[in-house]
Amino acid sequence: MNPQHFIEEPILRFASDVGSVGPVTVVGGQTQWEVGGLPFPGSREVRAPAGIWSHEPEEMTVRCGAGTSIGDLNEKCAQFGQMVPFDLNSEATVGGVLAVGRSGFRRLRYGPIRDLVLQIRHVDHSGQIVTSGGPTVKNVSGYDLCRLLVGSLGKLGCIAEVTLRCLPIPETTLWLRGAGDPFEIYNQLYRPSSVLWNGKQVWVCLEGVKSDVESQAALLDFEEVDSPPNFPTQGRMSLEPKALRGLAGNSTDWIAEIGVGVVHCGESQTPAPLSNTNKVLMNELERRLDPSGRLNPGRQLVAT
Amino acid sequence: MVPPSADKPLLDDLQTLLGDRARAEDFELGLYGKDGSVLEGRPAIVCLPINSEEVRCIVNICGDHKRPFIARGSGTGLSGGAVPVGDPVVIATAKMNRIIEVDLDNRIAWVEPGVLNLDLSTQLKGLGFHFAPDPSSQQVCSIGGNVANNSGGPHCLAYGVTSAHVAAIEVVLPDGSITVLGDLTAEPSGYDLRGLFIGSEGTMGVATKIAVRLTQNPPEVRTLLLDFSDVRDGAAAVSAIIAQGLIPAALEMMDHRAIEVVEAFVNAGYPTEADAVLLVELDGLAGGVENGVEVVRRVAEAHHVGEVRLAADEAERALLWKGRKNAFGAVARIKPDYYLHDTVVPRGKLVEVLEKVYRIADAHNLIAINVFHAGDGNLHPILAYDSREPGVLERVHAAGRAIITASIEAGGVLSGEHGIGLEKRDYMGMLFTEHDMATQDLVREAFDPEGLANPLKILPSGSRCSDSFGQHVPEGAWV
Repeated sequence: MNPQHFIEEPILRFASDVGSVGPVTVVGGQTQWEVGGLPFPGSREVRAPAGIWSHEPEEMTVRCGAGTSIGDLNEKCAQFGQMVPFDLNSEATVGGVLAVGRSGFRRLRYGPIRDLVLQIRHVDHSGQIVTSGGPTVKNVSGYDLCRLLVGSLGKLGCIAEVTLRCLPIPETTLWLRGAGDPFEIYNQLYRPSSVLWNGKQVWVCLEGVKSDVESQAALLDFEEVDSPPNFPTQGRMSLEPKALRGLAGNSTDWIAEIGVGVVHCGESQTPAPLSNTNKVLMNELERRLDPSGRLNPGRQLVAT
Repeated sequence: MVPPSADKPLLDDLQTLLGDRARAEDFELGLYGKDGSVLEGRPAIVCLPINSEEVRCIVNICGDHKRPFIARGSGTGLSGGAVPVGDPVVIATAKMNRIIEVDLDNRIAWVEPGVLNLDLSTQLKGLGFHFAPDPSSQQVCSIGGNVANNSGGPHCLAYGVTSAHVAAIEVVLPDGSITVLGDLTAEPSGYDLRGLFIGSEGTMGVATKIAVRLTQNPPEVRTLLLDFSDVRDGAAAVSAIIAQGLIPAALEMMDHRAIEVVEAFVNAGYPTEADAVLLVELDGLAGGVENGVEVVRRVAEAHHVGEVRLAADEAERALLWKGRKNAFGAVARIKPDYYLHDTVVPRGKLVEVLEKVYRIADAHNLIAINVFHAGDGNLHPILAYDSREPGVLERVHAAGRAIITASIEAGGVLSGEHGIGLEKRDYMGMLFTEHDMATQDLVREAFDPEGLANPLKILPSGSRCSDSFGQHVPEGAWV
């Protein structure tokens, strides 16, 4: 058999758990459980398998069940000086983090989490396994369904297994805090890992070899701190990076990711409305990939 | 093929819209029948729109006439993605080549699809930014084409392929509506249609404006050339460099034949006696770059490197890259034609697959030349041949199939950056099950239920839409 078509036993069991009838809700670590609305009561709960099937340090790839926790994943990768920069609660599962699709606070340097995904196996509405993407670090074979599944809240398929790209853990990580114009600070630095701003203070995360981190830090008159600030978790806004300037003077509790555009805030926010055309496209995708609407009912990406 | 008289009403409608920018002269149709592959088709009509609105009208007219359409950038694609099949209308984006806006506050540039890849970076030079994807064809390939194929290039090892560098795309959908997929925010609402569209090879609509992300120019760059007397040492050094936790900006390999042809062509001072060279580039802040140079040097020495040549200045660096980027053209010194492959294998399997590639070429009495993105395992074996030799193309195709099979058996994939197009669609079954492909087809269909956008590409024939057009690939072409 083609090695590409080999499927691990726990994935087959998950497929039969999802089955082909009745509403199902995939449960991960429940760390971002409320995003997109709560599942309909009475829908059957299923869990994707946990387990790291393979970590190949020389390839910088890791393949695991979607139920694997971020903590376990990074513990395994760290044995070889590698990481998957999800930067979320270690109880969260890989599948849950990808289904929700929110990137961590070092996105500025490492990019959005969807760009770390190489291959996804998901269970579709009929209980069948679908593989998309490929196991190698570079691949353009076929339609990129992985992109579609990341951030889909499980509405188009239940993520069962993923292959991710790992990155080397930087030699030095330094968090700094100080004051100043965050936009100027961002423009002054070369590829900082994070620049955060709450209207009063600025936090900067610098990573790399020690001498580079020190030379970049020397550009700022900041004090060293142990960790990033605590993020408000109730709400999240997604703005254009330059629109963050408009937050100045806003006295509520918020922390903005400069250069990225994500704002963590204390109050829940309604997502930006979709154009009618995009709504139609998204409804067409849902209709084709889950005709009876049995996958994660209650979660909503596209307002009707 | 539809007889020309049947195209008359369609041509009339298009000429009413575009005047002499809708054309159906024999010679021109012949030119637009080809791309960078060996495949060939023939369009019914060629259109040269100048803006989104004209594209929208062309797509509407095609819809009225139930005629497929195919977007075309510079035609440098290597998998037949831009080869017209099913008597389509070609929508050539060459006249849509404006850089609309450079928005440094968002680190974004809005461009039309016909803007050439290198032209954008050249325009941005003084601003300290560039567009990171850098295919070898970057002097001529268009950004619209990069989006269609999710193109890579040497520097995508560190910076990622096109998908990582596109924030939003204005698209004319196959039903003639116009929309923007993605936006300039970090987390656009709804499903990632932008990500789905990139790499869909024109089968989901026509990109008419593209918001590309701009990448900060690195403060320091060092380029090294390492030579090895055994290609296996070179390949092993590639894995070993990455295993050290170092991700170079680029990590390219050339084998003995490639070195010979390139050196004769560009005189870059490549060591012609070497069995293989690695071209390694490190960029970033000074400390990381110097550290990287030392790691590369150490690993190379452990793998019996000959000479480690560090480019002394920008001129020498440019010369070393000139050799790499012109390697394909240089092949003409050996044989007039070549077939360029594109598969990816795990880095750890490079040696094994390379040896197979040489054996396969020998068995088919062909010359194999390897110039490739070793850092991400992206092989580009070139089979050099002379198309005037009777039966040679059959040998080339048989060898190609064997190379693809060897790559997949090693745990690899069909294409790293050139796409599936027509060339590899019938190999999709090597990587995907029938059900995988049927699911992909459902997704495509959500965008294009009538099957009018670049039909017969990516997925093997047999799906509903493909059948209605039948097979239009010319005799002797490899599908």
